[in-house]
Amino acid sequence: MDSSLNPSTLNSEAITRPPLVLNKRTMGWISSYVSTIVESKTPRWWFVSIAITSSIALLTPLMLIYLVATGVGVWGNNSPVFWAWDITNFVFWIGIGHAGTLISAILFITRQKWRTSINRAAEAMTLFAVVCAGIYPMFHVGRIWKVYFLAPVPNSNAIWQNFRSPLLWDVFAVSTYFTVSVLFWYTGLIPDLATVRDRCTTKIKKFIYGVMALGWRGGNRQWRHYEMAYILLAGLSTPLVLSVHSVVSFDFATSVIPGWHATIFPPYFVAGAIFGGFAMVLTIMLPARAIYPQLHDMITPGHINKMAKVILLTGSIVGYAYLMELFIAWYGANPYERAAFWYRAFGPYWWAYASMMFCNVVSPQVFWFKWCRTNVYAVFIVCMFVNAGMWFERFVIIATTLARDFLPSSWGLFHPTIVDILTFIGTFGLFTTLFLLFVRFLPMICMFEVKAVLPEANPHYGEEHH
Amino acid sequence: MERSTTKMTTPTTTTGSSKAPIYAVGVEFDSARDLYHAAEKVRDAGYKRWDTFSPFPIHGMDTAMGLPKSWLSALVFIGGLTGFSTAVFMEFGASSFLYPLIVDAKPTNLMTIPAFFPIMFELTILFSALTATFGMLALNGLPRWNHPLFNWDRFKKVTEDKFYIAIEATDEKFSLEETRQFLQSLGGSHITVIYHDE
Repeated sequence: MDSSLNPSTLNSEAITRPPLVLNKRTMGWISSYVSTIVESKTPRWWFVSIAITSSIALLTPLMLIYLVATGVGVWGNNSPVFWAWDITNFVFWIGIGHAGTLISAILFITRQKWRTSINRAAEAMTLFAVVCAGIYPMFHVGRIWKVYFLAPVPNSNAIWQNFRSPLLWDVFAVSTYFTVSVLFWYTGLIPDLATVRDRCTTKIKKFIYGVMALGWRGGNRQWRHYEMAYILLAGLSTPLVLSVHSVVSFDFATSVIPGWHATIFPPYFVAGAIFGGFAMVLTIMLPARAIYPQLHDMITPGHINKMAKVILLTGSIVGYAYLMELFIAWYGANPYERAAFWYRAFGPYWWAYASMMFCNVVSPQVFWFKWCRTNVYAVFIVCMFVNAGMWFERFVIIATTLARDFLPSSWGLFHPTIVDILTFIGTFGLFTTLFLLFVRFLPMICMFEVKAVLPEANPHYGEEHH
Repeated sequence: MERSTTKMTTPTTTTGSSKAPIYAVGVEFDSARDLYHAAEKVRDAGYKRWDTFSPFPIHGMDTAMGLPKSWLSALVFIGGLTGFSTAVFMEFGASSFLYPLIVDAKPTNLMTIPAFFPIMFELTILFSALTATFGMLALNGLPRWNHPLFNWDRFKKVTEDKFYIAIEATDEKFSLEETRQFLQSLGGSHITVIYHDE
């Protein structure tokens, strides 16, 4: 059956395409290995990790309760920097989500089969990142109990929303993005939940996974609609994911603030989101791969290599956007625009600007070298730089721009409070806690899709002519 | 469960007696290729109420089974139109009639429509995606608690690495003996009569 070694059955695919699953694993191996992670006894490291991460996650609700109980003054937001860490962190988290949708949707409709082993975890990461992101704008409104004012519901004041405001676009974009991401993720999970259901040994597990699998039977009359639904969801998610970060960038770009009022913002934000998101995918997948060594056959060095290339590409686009901003600030000859960028680079926030430039533009350039793309430690270190760099990017855009108001008498710097800092640290705890729960209770790899990219999944496998 | 399914060792053996009616006769295959070619034969034999079962969608199986393209896309198109019109009515209902708003000296009119586009776009996507997911479930008759096929013990492997064909008893051409012999001729194994729940 080894077609790559037998000259008589050689075909172009066997010559040009390296296998997506290494070591000639069988379908049964894929099911049993991925499901074993869910089925086996909970390992001790998992309890230790979740104890730590959930304790950290607890900081966020505690700080938010303190915020609501005491008042918005416990955050560092103050004149002139009214959009501060909360919006920075919102944009940071929502951007991270984009890589998950890119992997699951755009790589699906472009038939990039290597996505199959990473898309489930990347989509889960999207959801958890959007959960973390959603916290911020809700509390940023100041009076969380009035947050329903964001939704167009009839109210006793007879006031309706301004549908021409980018902030309202954002409400619709982010809530649509979250809903569609949940649908896409769950639709992809159904056949794999059925696998777990069929392998379960205890009655309770069988019931729970049985309910979650919705009675899936894997008949072709089901697959037919399923595949149509999946490709439609991918096709819908593709413009959606591009629109979400474009709309986020409109929050800034449609204003008349020097440094924000730029037409380059939507593509620049989208590229940055994919860039930061891929770094976060690798940040969580590399440890997962280290903990479960057998995943190496599915998440291969080839996958890491490809993702590093995406980081290199998008990082270079982001670098181009930074330079183009500077060029336009100079070439546009608008003194306010020039002053804004001069202040970014050489003002009191120079360290944030320099960190952003180094982490986002310089550090990914090492991925030009294959050694760096295939060495997991090198990849991990660069990803950590990118994670930090993307946070600095949002901080630079928001804080440095607002710190210099039009009137020098209104100038001021932003100082985060301990509440700001602990709320942000807590969201990392929340993110990792949700991811640990996902790894423990749901199949982390999309089993049915990985099976479908095995050579024997082809109905004409082993036949001479096709 | 043992009682309700009976494995056929030879094509002439009759099944064990059961009070429950027969749901289908099933057969197991080891590979996607075998299933594909067997499906072509079942299609050509003229059966209508039957299905192939596999751990993953098999490329080209719709043709092998003689199935047309899924019409879920039509539902999704309607869903998208609904989302789009919802946004149009919501936005212009509120901004033109309920609470006319002048933003940056611009009223709601033909010239300011572009600023209303993002929400139209988002709701089109939202309603389409909801239709795609729930429409798919509805067309597939899901969710459901149980199914006669789950009475077949070997069928558990359908989500792992085995492939099945089941011809339902409600098919016009179905006759226990002939269908069983026909399935035997397809080259599969473990031909089994599957009963409904009592």
